[in-house]
Amino acid sequence: MIPLSHFLIVSALLFSISVAGIFLNRKNMIILLMCIELMLLAVNLNFIAFSHYLGDVAGQVFVFFILTVAAAEAAIGLAILVTVFRNRRTINVEELDEIKG
Amino acid sequence: MTFQLFIFYLFSAVTLLSAVAVVTVRNPIYSALFLILAFFSSATTWVLLEAEFLGVVLVLVYVGAVMVLFLFVIMMLDIQVDTLKEGFIRYLPVGLLVAVAVAVEMILVMSSDVFKVDIPAPVPLSVDNTKALGEVLYTEYMYPFEIAAVILVVAMIAAIVLTMRRRKGVKKQNPSKQVRVRRNDRLRIVKMKAEEKKS
Repeated sequence: MIPLSHFLIVSALLFSISVAGIFLNRKNMIILLMCIELMLLAVNLNFIAFSHYLGDVAGQVFVFFILTVAAAEAAIGLAILVTVFRNRRTINVEELDEIKG
Repeated sequence: MTFQLFIFYLFSAVTLLSAVAVVTVRNPIYSALFLILAFFSSATTWVLLEAEFLGVVLVLVYVGAVMVLFLFVIMMLDIQVDTLKEGFIRYLPVGLLVAVAVAVEMILVMSSDVFKVDIPAPVPLSVDNTKALGEVLYTEYMYPFEIAAVILVVAMIAAIVLTMRRRKGVKKQNPSKQVRVRRNDRLRIVKMKAEEKKS
C-alpha cells in the first residue's frame, strides 16, 4: 500500500514548484494565475489524502468548496487581466506600478 | 512494488514534471496545456484516493471550463512572447532558493514517522463516494453550500462588470426614448401661403 507521506511529499513539491513559478514569471500575469491554481491543487491533494486516511468525508467537502472559490477567483482574475490589458496594452507585472507611493 | 504504487509514482511524476513545464516554458499557451496535463494526472491520483466524484469534477470543471477560459484569454490578448521571460534568469537564484527551502522543510516534516502510515485498503465499489459526499453536503454543510452558490454569482457579476465597457460614438437605439416620444416633439405643421408661379 501507499504510505500517506508519499502524497504529502508530492503535494509539498507541487506547492514549492508553484512558489518558484511566482518568483520566476514576473513578466506574465497569466502564468502567475496558473501558479495560484497549481498551489490550490497541492492543497486539495493534501485535503483528499488526509480525508481518505482518516475516513472522514469532510475533507472532500472542503475540496469541493476550494474548487468553487478557485473557479470564481480564476474568472475574476482573468476579467481584471483583460481590463488591465485593455488599458495598458501590457500584462507585465513590473510595469503595473502606478499606485506605488 | 504493487500496481497501486506504480500508478501513484507514474501519475505523480507526470504531475510534477508538467508543473515544472508550466512555470518554465516560454509560450503561455504551452503553459496552459501543461497545466491541463497536471490537472488530469492529479485527478487520477484523487481517484486512487477514492475521491472519484472530485476527480471527475476536477476534469470537468477545471479542464473543461477554467482552462478553456485561460486559453481563451491567452489567445484573445496580443502578447509579445519574446519579452515574457526577460527577468527569468535574474530571479532564478532567489526563486530556486525559496522553492528548495520550502520543499526541504516540508519534506523533512512529512517524512517523519507520524505520516509513515499506509492509507486504508480500497473499499469495494458498492460504497458510493458521490452519495456519501452528497449526504453531508446537503445536510451538515448546507449553509456553506449556499454561500458557495452566492460566491459564484458574485464572481459572474464581477466578471461581467469588470469587462463591460461603454464605447463612445456608437449609434444605437434607446427604446424607452423611442416609445416616449410625442408627435409634437418631432413634427411641426407650418401654415404658409402657396407660392405664386413666376411668369
